[in-house]
Amino acid sequence: MWIETDGFLPVYLLTGFLGSGKTTLLKRILADPAFADTAVLINEFGEIGLDHDLVERVDGEMVLLRSGCVCCTVRGELAATLKDLYSRRERGLLPPFRRVIIESTGLADPFPVLSTIKADPVLRHHFCAGSVITTVDAVNGLRQLDTYIESNRQAAIADRLVVTKTDLVMDGEGQALRERLRVLNPDAPILKAADPDLDLSSLIAVQTDVSPSSSLSPSGFYCEEPTQLISADGMPHQAAISSIALRIDRPVDWTAFGLWLTMLLNRHGGRVLRVKGILNLSGEERPVAVHGVQHLVHIPVHMEEWPSDDRASRLVFILDGLDGGVLKRSFEAFTLAPVPQRSSAAPSLIAAQ
Amino acid sequence: MCSLCGVLGSNEHWTDAAARPGVFTRGRATPDRRRERVERVRAANEMLAGFGLVLSDWQGASFVLSTKTGRTEIVEDLGHLWPAAERLVGRACDPLDAAFIARMEARCVD
Repeated sequence: MWIETDGFLPVYLLTGFLGSGKTTLLKRILADPAFADTAVLINEFGEIGLDHDLVERVDGEMVLLRSGCVCCTVRGELAATLKDLYSRRERGLLPPFRRVIIESTGLADPFPVLSTIKADPVLRHHFCAGSVITTVDAVNGLRQLDTYIESNRQAAIADRLVVTKTDLVMDGEGQALRERLRVLNPDAPILKAADPDLDLSSLIAVQTDVSPSSSLSPSGFYCEEPTQLISADGMPHQAAISSIALRIDRPVDWTAFGLWLTMLLNRHGGRVLRVKGILNLSGEERPVAVHGVQHLVHIPVHMEEWPSDDRASRLVFILDGLDGGVLKRSFEAFTLAPVPQRSSAAPSLIAAQ
Repeated sequence: MCSLCGVLGSNEHWTDAAARPGVFTRGRATPDRRRERVERVRAANEMLAGFGLVLSDWQGASFVLSTKTGRTEIVEDLGHLWPAAERLVGRACDPLDAAFIARMEARCVD
């Protein structure tokens, strides 16, 4: 993950299905001295907020978003709340917090939170999207992944996966859940909440070592059979979350890639849960790192140098119901730099002016 | 804000983050920037050709997207290109469409 934090306050999203231990993890996080300068927003579903009563100690500020799910319906409220937090911080009414954590409801699709920050004309100058931390319950996690689309999306979109309640299950079950998560999200670190050595600050640390080798599954390709899932309100949802890892030896044309990805996201953004990778661009010595979540693409980072000797482009897509094979073919057809003998008259004409 | 059309100067689109800083920065008319825009227009037109659409640069500030019958939309950046293209042609511009992929593959073989 590559997040632009310079001068911006990162907003981390803590998500996970109902009862998966988000609040417990949040309490632990807030008790950690490394998180002393943290403002917390808790978002709850239902008439009466309960979670905020369970969070005993909050350094900084806690705001309860009462309107329910952090979905499109409360995006305005989320934006207003963040602006208010920032305003109070600037006026000295609040301690100068350095990060914000939003604990979302167990039913939220995490994407709108990220897009709110990016889309709001005020927020985007002060805040940036931090990592998405998803808790997965070791006891019920597998069943939830088999049943609920929200659970799959939360796992697929995560930058960090935290498995909770591992002390309540047998080793075999834990392993099955781990493998399932690996399939949904090949490159997010999977941490155990019960691990005594768990370094909480690693949850929000910016991953500077872009290690492409670890970001790809060895098989390079995984596709799940479509299954019938339901959303938490009982509506059926045909879904097959799958991940596909591409490895491309030919250089990629950045302009064509930009056109292709914007076209893909315009048409299928809701189903491209994640795109992440490193590209070898034609005409460039340095690689570029791209990172997108659904319709939102972070500003690509043109890296100083290659992290290893491997100069191939590598991309991971996490897809919901899209055919990875077709996507691969489309990527190759649209974005690979033309072979050298192909003439491109227009650019050279202009260059000669 | 542009005083003529009232368009607010928007933030840079992610595709503007080219490795050469400044090539997409507004308010600079460097040859590099013109060259990048021409290259964008060329690459976009390869994809748009099958839809009967043509993209052209407009004053180095925006793009103009037109159909063969002359219906036209001004497009601010690549983020707005595809929704505008779909509005003009009345159908989806889907990069996963088999016929579209085949057309682009044929271009690579030429």
